[in-house]
Amino acid sequence: MAKVSKKQAIKKVKKTKKKSDSAEETLAAVPTVAYDEEEEEEEEDLNGNFSGEEDEEDERRRQKLLEAISSLGGNRRKRLGERSEAAVQMSEFGVSVDGEGRKIQLSELIPKSAPVKTQKQLKTLQASTRTVDSPLSKQETERIQRDLAFQKTAEEVTRWKSLIRQNERAEQLVFPLNQEPSGPRPVDRVALGWMAQTPLEQEVFAVLTANKQPVHDPLLTPEEEASVKAMSLGEAKIRRAELQKARALQSYYEARARRDRKIKSKKYHKVQNKAKRKDLLKQFDHMVQTDPAAALEELKKMEVARMQERMSLKHQNSSKWARSKAIMAKYDQDARNAMQQQLDINKELTQKVVTALNDDQEEEEQEEEVMPECINDAEEADAANPWMRGRLSQDPEDNEKTEDLTVEVENKGGEEEEEEEEEEEGEEEALLRKFDSRRKQRRAEEEEAAAAAAVESAEEEHKDDDEELTEFTNLLRRRQQEEEQTKVETGNPAPLLEEGLMRVRTLEEVEQLGQDPGSEENPVAADPEPALPPTEPPPETRKASKSKKRKRGIELQEVLTKQTKVIAVPLAPTAEDVEDGGAEELDQRGLIQEAFAGDDVVSDFLKDKRKQEEAGRPKVVDLTLPGWGEWGGTGIQPSRKKRRRFRVKPNPPPYRKDKNLPSVIISEQRNSAISLHRVSALPFPFENHAQFESTIRCPLGRTWNSERTVQKVTRPRVVTTLGAIIEPMSREELLKDQTKGDSGEKSNTNPVKEKNTHHKHKAGNKQKQKKK
Amino acid sequence: QKEDPFPGPAPIPEDRVEKFKRKEKMKKPRNKHFKLKALISRSEKASEMAQKQAARIDLLLPEDAGFLEGDDGEDTCTISQEDIVDAVDISSGAKYFNLKLSQFGPYRVDYNRTGRLVHLLLGGRRGHIACIDWQSKNLMCEINVMEAVNDVKWLHSENMYAVAQKKWLHIYDSNGIELHCIRKFNDVLRMQFLPYHFLLATASATSFLQYLDVSVGKEVAAICTKTGRLDVMCQNPQNAIIHLGHSNGTVTLWSPNQKEALVKMLCHQGGVRSVTVDKTGTYMVTSGMDKKLKVHDIRAFKPLKIILHPIWSFLFVTEPKGCVVCSYRGYCSGQCLLQLYMDVWSTPSPKPYMAHRVRGAVWGATFCPFEDVLGVGHGDGFTIMIQNQLLSKIQPELISLDPNQLGQVDRATYEQKHQDRVQALGFDPNAKEKFVPKFKKKGRSSAGSVERRKKQVAHEDQRDVIRRTVEDKMRLAEQRKKKAAAKLSGQRSALDRFRK
Repeated sequence: MAKVSKKQAIKKVKKTKKKSDSAEETLAAVPTVAYDEEEEEEEEDLNGNFSGEEDEEDERRRQKLLEAISSLGGNRRKRLGERSEAAVQMSEFGVSVDGEGRKIQLSELIPKSAPVKTQKQLKTLQASTRTVDSPLSKQETERIQRDLAFQKTAEEVTRWKSLIRQNERAEQLVFPLNQEPSGPRPVDRVALGWMAQTPLEQEVFAVLTANKQPVHDPLLTPEEEASVKAMSLGEAKIRRAELQKARALQSYYEARARRDRKIKSKKYHKVQNKAKRKDLLKQFDHMVQTDPAAALEELKKMEVARMQERMSLKHQNSSKWARSKAIMAKYDQDARNAMQQQLDINKELTQKVVTALNDDQEEEEQEEEVMPECINDAEEADAANPWMRGRLSQDPEDNEKTEDLTVEVENKGGEEEEEEEEEEEGEEEALLRKFDSRRKQRRAEEEEAAAAAAVESAEEEHKDDDEELTEFTNLLRRRQQEEEQTKVETGNPAPLLEEGLMRVRTLEEVEQLGQDPGSEENPVAADPEPALPPTEPPPETRKASKSKKRKRGIELQEVLTKQTKVIAVPLAPTAEDVEDGGAEELDQRGLIQEAFAGDDVVSDFLKDKRKQEEAGRPKVVDLTLPGWGEWGGTGIQPSRKKRRRFRVKPNPPPYRKDKNLPSVIISEQRNSAISLHRVSALPFPFENHAQFESTIRCPLGRTWNSERTVQKVTRPRVVTTLGAIIEPMSREELLKDQTKGDSGEKSNTNPVKEKNTHHKHKAGNKQKQKKK
Repeated sequence: QKEDPFPGPAPIPEDRVEKFKRKEKMKKPRNKHFKLKALISRSEKASEMAQKQAARIDLLLPEDAGFLEGDDGEDTCTISQEDIVDAVDISSGAKYFNLKLSQFGPYRVDYNRTGRLVHLLLGGRRGHIACIDWQSKNLMCEINVMEAVNDVKWLHSENMYAVAQKKWLHIYDSNGIELHCIRKFNDVLRMQFLPYHFLLATASATSFLQYLDVSVGKEVAAICTKTGRLDVMCQNPQNAIIHLGHSNGTVTLWSPNQKEALVKMLCHQGGVRSVTVDKTGTYMVTSGMDKKLKVHDIRAFKPLKIILHPIWSFLFVTEPKGCVVCSYRGYCSGQCLLQLYMDVWSTPSPKPYMAHRVRGAVWGATFCPFEDVLGVGHGDGFTIMIQNQLLSKIQPELISLDPNQLGQVDRATYEQKHQDRVQALGFDPNAKEKFVPKFKKKGRSSAGSVERRKKQVAHEDQRDVIRRTVEDKMRLAEQRKKKAAAKLSGQRSALDRFRK
């Protein structure tokens, strides 16, 4: 009996413990209920847990427990439990536990040493009355898992997005991707791409790198190179002597500096400082001319010094020393002088345009300048093997001297040049001014001339046109007048007859036509020997032309009377006889033809044109119904109002193409045959016609392009190599792409190629990786 | 390492690049669709590259023709051909030759364009036809068709040529074997071959302009021009438009796609004697019975220059450099003068550049392709004057006045397109079938009832539309009414909250 109850208790404890553990880890997770029935282990666990708090009680309980457990063994005799105190419940097996009534605190189950936080957590957990949710159904858990998995994969996939887009937009894709360019590769590139992989290789590589063996350019090691570059014995000796000298010099300098520093005479230092300052100033001036950048830097330094001075109270006689001096100053001239000096320094430093530097700084600089840098260099440089050094450092003094010299020379030269330039500039400017003025004059003249010419030419053109116009209009007018007259006379229109009788050209005009070869505009032709001398046009026409100069808008122009240019045909000698013979004995028929040439040609043409225009004009639709709403019958016309109301006026037709071309009839018919071949609607990405038309404007064929252009323009969008396996894109591509994107480069040289099919492959890839 | 003293590609002269310019540079659109951007930039790049490449390669295509230069004061047209032959190098001199064929003349001449070898075709008025290999001067074939020959023309290859004979059009091969006799083409006077379209255009005495597709042997179009005898004809090599000259002084332009002349120009007061168009399709030169020679700009249809000749002249060919050949005929002497003008359109007063006299009437003259040689066929034989297929066949529908039309979007209205469609199909695909009421017996098919039945189905589609619009209107009106009512009711009552 007791055994069972104990078991239950143990179970309970175990349960709660488990619960607490799981609560600690993940509150949401549902604890799994699975127990081992190994009691001994549990006991041990329990024992471990129960150490502490009330030792005595614990001890007792433990004792009891032990008894109970031992009773489980071979001794199967049941002992009735002792009734030691009053208990609410009495186990039927006679086992009674002291604290049977009360609940076990979860916090009791963990060792005392556990952090307070966990204990608190446990307490709150126990205090909370919330029941644990029942586990989700299988479907729901699966759904959640799927959702999570989807999110993860989606994130994975989005990483490929940029690469895919890039490939989608690429001009050409070559599969398989990232092919090595065919043909032999340069050794350098092969060597660069090579990586040590096997341990042996790595070891060898390490040794090589440690010894500075060349890896990529296997001609010479650095040491070998150095030795190649090394000097001969004589040079080496000279070099050594120089070094010795330099070292000696250095020691001299150092010694001298030390001595200088030890000198206590203030006057000496003052003089020294003054000299140095002067030197500095000179240098600065020099620098301003030769090296403005350095001078600027120097100036900046000075500015900084000034700022510091202004900030600090260093020279303002506020220091301890100054205060003591101030006390002394009443009696001591030296002290007064010292204070004055300080103030002077302050003044000097805070002056805005200053060239002098702070005393201290000067001193520092002095110290620095005592030693030439080159000497230091000689020592500092790794002296392990002086022979291995590349070249001799030049003698500092010489160097400086030469520099100074050159600078001076340059300086002088520069000044001279400047002067010369100034002079030259003066002369040049004068010259330029002269030229300018002349040019302006000339230009003005030219412009005037051009304007005049333009006006003249315009006038001439006007004249031309107007003359033509006037002639033609005259013709037309005459015709109209005649028509009207005939109408008036006869009352009934008799156009057929009229046409037969009408003369388009009067005799005068014919004469004029005969003349006009040589007339009017011959000066333009400027032939040396014009066949016919130029004659003045009849004054009347001139007048008429002038009077109608401004008149425009007559739709017909005479083309046939347009000014002709006779070419005086300088015939070949062989042809002259032909000319002479031919001219006299013109065919009778030819003569007649010529005489009556163009008699009715023009009017026929005009009539034709008018007919065409009429045909092209949309007709007025008359919808009046005679007799509708009013009396009808023979001889009764519908009223005017009605007619006007029911007459549908069409829109005026668009202008004819030959509107301004009197001697031309251009057909207005639409060429519908070609419309089958034309693009009828604007294709997708284009926004206006101009864009589209411009993109298809250039021919692609071999007739108009070089072979290379044709190949480039017509290259296919996707190229696959025959027999090559097209693998799905690997993850390295992505990395490569990302690095490229980081560096801000675009893969123009070897565009990474992709296709939609690869999209699918990728998912598979990911799954594989996951499995791994 | 030595630096390249001339880094980068070799520079190309600006003017040469400009020569191959095909379009204006386009601005890249901002904030536009990425596809559009890519498209435009790609096309720009390609066109630039093409232009540069063409300019680079242009060096290999020396098109400069040789020219003649006289001494000071010497007129070039007084230099005789014999002198020129003496002066030029042997190979050029060898190209000058005279064929004395006085028996069957005058002759028409044609060179074939394609191929490395140039072939010459001679067609005598009295039936003599001869093919000659130009390089070797070998006679390929020589026949007499025993009939009057009006014109001869090479077709797309040197194996076939067409001969317009007295009655029909015949096609022979280079061995002189008659391949076809095309009865549909009768009384042909002049022919032109459009090489890119594989079309043979013929002009007949019955005023018919006909097009024969040589690749399929089908007549593409037959147009009755209604302008009388057509014996003046030429083609515009740029847009394959045929120019016809007429006796009433007009020149008409034709394409096989329209039954009506595309353009009709009044050029001369007398009849038009000859028409020719230069290679670039910019200038047309006509000569007429009115003794004038006119240069027109055919892009604007305006006359540029008018030259008056003492006698009326024939003119034959033009070259891109503005070379025009005129011939005059003395009426009695029977001799003919040939004059060659240079740069007719650019010089203000063109002067003859060369002159040559031949015996008999000049009947045909053609420049030899790729050479400074002019072949002249005349009454007394043939005289020489010194001076790439089917896949890329262009459909005849594409012949139009403006060859760039194909590269433009068709901006016609829907109605126009529909009309075109109807015309092409021969019926209206969108047309509805007319409702014919069923005949019913027992007097139920009386006129009145038939009309009633017709009325029931009349304008059904329109009725639908009307019904829908009326319903919409009603709904809108109702809504408006409700709103107005709500407004009128003014303040919200307490019960309004229970409203939906």
